[in-house]
Order: sequence, then structure tokens, then C-alpha cells
Amino acid sequence: MADPVFIGIAALTVGSAIISLESRELIYGAIALAISMLGIAGFFILLDSPFVAMFQITVYVGAVAVLVIFTVMLVRTQALFSKREDKGRKSAGFVLMLILMAGMGSLIIVSGINSKTFGSPQAPAVDFTAIGKQMLTYYSPALILLALTLAGAVIGALALARREEIEQTNERTD
Amino acid sequence: MNELIDYVIVSVVLVAIGIYGLVVKRNAVRMLFALEIIANAANLNLIAFSRNLSNAQGQVFALFSIAIAAAEVAVGLGIIIIAYRLYKEIDVEEFKSMRG
Repeated sequence: MADPVFIGIAALTVGSAIISLESRELIYGAIALAISMLGIAGFFILLDSPFVAMFQITVYVGAVAVLVIFTVMLVRTQALFSKREDKGRKSAGFVLMLILMAGMGSLIIVSGINSKTFGSPQAPAVDFTAIGKQMLTYYSPALILLALTLAGAVIGALALARREEIEQTNERTD
Repeated sequence: MNELIDYVIVSVVLVAIGIYGLVVKRNAVRMLFALEIIANAANLNLIAFSRNLSNAQGQVFALFSIAIAAAEVAVGLGIIIIAYRLYKEIDVEEFKSMRG
């Protein structure tokens, strides 16, 4: 049976995920999303992978949350209050969520995966030197591609966000 | 001790919440939140199976997945800023010229 720490983190993660989608103001939603990501990092620590947990905190709680909050601040305030959703669509979405939860959940419970068919929680934890070795040997092409993807994404985001007309007026005044 | 199935159930719940958000919400930023929740549920699964199999590859995959998700958020927010500049609105139903 799950221990109290697990139940606490699960409640925090799921609860703040719901708040991030349902909160009235977008900025509270962004903060709730950051808390939810922090809960996922807590799960990673429970699963004895502190390196991935630190990565998760740095990237999601550090970078992504700040990026989202900046975007929310750049957008006009009237656009942030979500309009009333379609009642029919909302209830249909809720029913879809319940069906997915019940369907996938019962499928997983019936399939009988447990810690005996997939190793055991008592197995030795993965040492993070092993992660470094894997990344620099077997997965080195993937790492290089990842670096290219990140560079492309950053350049693409910069190219999307620049405003040509403002730059031209700045050049004229110079 | 926590069993594998506990983590898998939590991740199923997160995926269902994320799909609910994608279906119901029409605010572009909120749809991005829902995508993030789904991506994190996948990462949780990767790490849970990696721990139980005592295999480093799951953690390597999770690291790659987190980095890709960060790039995706950067580009997604850039697109939202552009759409806001064009339509003065971040409701996806107002983005009329992208309709098929």
C-alpha cells in the first residue's frame, strides 16, 4: 500500500493540475502548474532519481513557469479572464475524462502489472554516473540532435517574436 | 513501499485531466498547460518503470523528453504572442484565418 508521503504528493500534483486548468485567472493557473510540476519532481525523488528531479525543477519550475508568467503579463488583461465555456462541451469533456480514467485505469489494473512482473522497487537504484555514460556513448547522436533542436527552437522563437516595423523605426532614429 | 501500479494510476489520472483541458478549454495558454500535464504524466511513467527495472535508459529518455518539452513551450508561447498581436485575443476560436 502507498505510504502517506506518496498520497500527499499525489494529491498535490493532481489538485494543482486541476486548479491550473480551472482557475479563473491565468496567472494563478501558471503558478498552480509550477506547483504541479514540483509535485512530479517529488515523485522522481521518491523513485530514487534525484538527478532527473533536479532537471525537472530547473527546467519546469525555473524556466517554463517564468516563461509562461511573462507571456501572461505581456497579454492584455481582458483576454486573460476565460470566457464562460460552452456548457455542453464542458460536460462532454468531463464525461470523456471520466471514461478515459475508468477505461485506462481498469485496463491497467486488469493487466496485472505489478512490481513482480517489472523488476521490484527493492532493485538497486540507478546510479547517475550510468546516466552520464549512456548519454555520452550510446545516446550521443540523440544528444547532438537535441542540442540542434533546442538551438532551432530558440532561434525560431526569437524570429517569431521580433517586430520588424519597430526595428526599422529604431534604425531610422539612430 | 510504493508499488509500480500506484505511479501508473497517478499518471493515468494526469493524462485524463490533460485531455479534458485540451477538449474543453479554448484559451491557447491553457491548452499549453494541458499539454504540459500530459507530457509530465509520460515522464512519470518513464521514471517509474526505470526504477523498477533498475535501468538507466528510462531516465535518459525522461531527460530528453523534458528538454524537448521546454523547446516546445518556447515555440508555443512565441506563436501565442504572434497570434495575440494579430487578433488581440488568445482564444483559439478567434483565430479565424487558421480555420480550414
